[in-house]
Amino acid sequence: MLTRICQAQALMESACDAVGRQINIMEVCGTHTVSIFRNGIRPTLPKSVKLLSGPGCPVCVTDQGYIDVTLDLALRDDTIIATYGDMIRVPGKAGSLETLNRKNVKIIMSTIDAVDLARQNPDKTVVLIAVGFETTTPATAVAVKQAAAENLTNFCVLSGHKLVIPAMNALLSDKNNKIDAFLCPGHVSVIIGSDAYEPIVRDFNRPCVVAGFEPMQIIEGIAEICRQIAKGTAENGSIYEVAVTAKGNATAQRIVAEYFEPYDGYWRGLGKIPGGTLRLVDEYSQFDAMKRFNIDEIPAEELGGCKCGEVLCGLIDPPDCPKFETKCTPDSPVGPCMVSSEGACSAWYKYGRRRKQNK
Amino acid sequence: MCLAVPARIVELEDDNAVVDAMGNRYSIRTTLTPEVVLGDIVLVHAGFAIATLDEEEAKETWALFAELEQFKNTQDKLSG
Repeated sequence: MLTRICQAQALMESACDAVGRQINIMEVCGTHTVSIFRNGIRPTLPKSVKLLSGPGCPVCVTDQGYIDVTLDLALRDDTIIATYGDMIRVPGKAGSLETLNRKNVKIIMSTIDAVDLARQNPDKTVVLIAVGFETTTPATAVAVKQAAAENLTNFCVLSGHKLVIPAMNALLSDKNNKIDAFLCPGHVSVIIGSDAYEPIVRDFNRPCVVAGFEPMQIIEGIAEICRQIAKGTAENGSIYEVAVTAKGNATAQRIVAEYFEPYDGYWRGLGKIPGGTLRLVDEYSQFDAMKRFNIDEIPAEELGGCKCGEVLCGLIDPPDCPKFETKCTPDSPVGPCMVSSEGACSAWYKYGRRRKQNK
Repeated sequence: MCLAVPARIVELEDDNAVVDAMGNRYSIRTTLTPEVVLGDIVLVHAGFAIATLDEEEAKETWALFAELEQFKNTQDKLSG
């Protein structure tokens, strides 16, 4: 292990010397963000390597309008809200799913739990709060498939599922972006495969390297990116080969394509991203909560004064937000980047004792 | 949110499986990995297997989780 760390560090140092300027690497995965902070990786990197935490936390990128719609649906007497635990504390205009303190809000471990709730409660409509990237979407598709097979007409999905590649595209299309390369998400890539980053590499000439979550993998991923930048090349590849293949999980891709289609939906901080959000295809629209409850469009809204949007784009670090650590803490979060344990603000706060060492 | 944990399939019937991750047993679906057989190690995310893993990789991850758990316990003792 020590030899590998030394090799990676030597590679990074020599690459940085050759490049002679700051190298900005964005991780697009909340689990990477947490691992980087928890393992104290930032202080071990050369001074000219700067890590940016991008829009890699699904809860954080979920727009305010979506949160408000979930709260409205939770306040009805004819619904059961089935949600993953990390969504319940995200604040909207009327509080959060937690502070509403409603008995109809149920935390699930799997989408199948939501289907079970629908079967057990035929007089209520179960709304699955479907948030997550490509890793999580296949499970929602399976739930719809099962509900359709059982003809469970009281089950529906409020889809906030997001796609990583359109977001990377949007970030690089902004002329003010400072991103030199992406450290690509491990478990998203299990599903989509490392070849999926080829358009980013080709169109924007930015290295895209998939890494796992162990500290060694992250350090080696960063070293590989530095090597490519020093060499003046951009390649897509994976150093998480045990789980990530070039083509990904074909079964999962197939089931998602059968039930979902991309559309231009809102992301927090990034606005409307072309083809960045998923909705159910027309054939399964009876399971679409938007149609079930006659919601035309999820409105674009931002909570005033919170700089989560700029944090998500890598434009500022969390301590640059005036609310950070003063008005916004994990116990009393203002924005989703502090709510989610995978949010950049939460990671900065939690490992704050070491913050002065972080760049 | 995209956290996934390696676990070994100890029971399997159609796409319903029981897995064991470091002594914890729970039910998952293998709908997304139809190729798995009893005894395989899978990566589990939100109640679904999303990939198969080799034994070595799983052991490394389990060891890391055990280390984190130990660290957490030490921290709890220090703060308590």
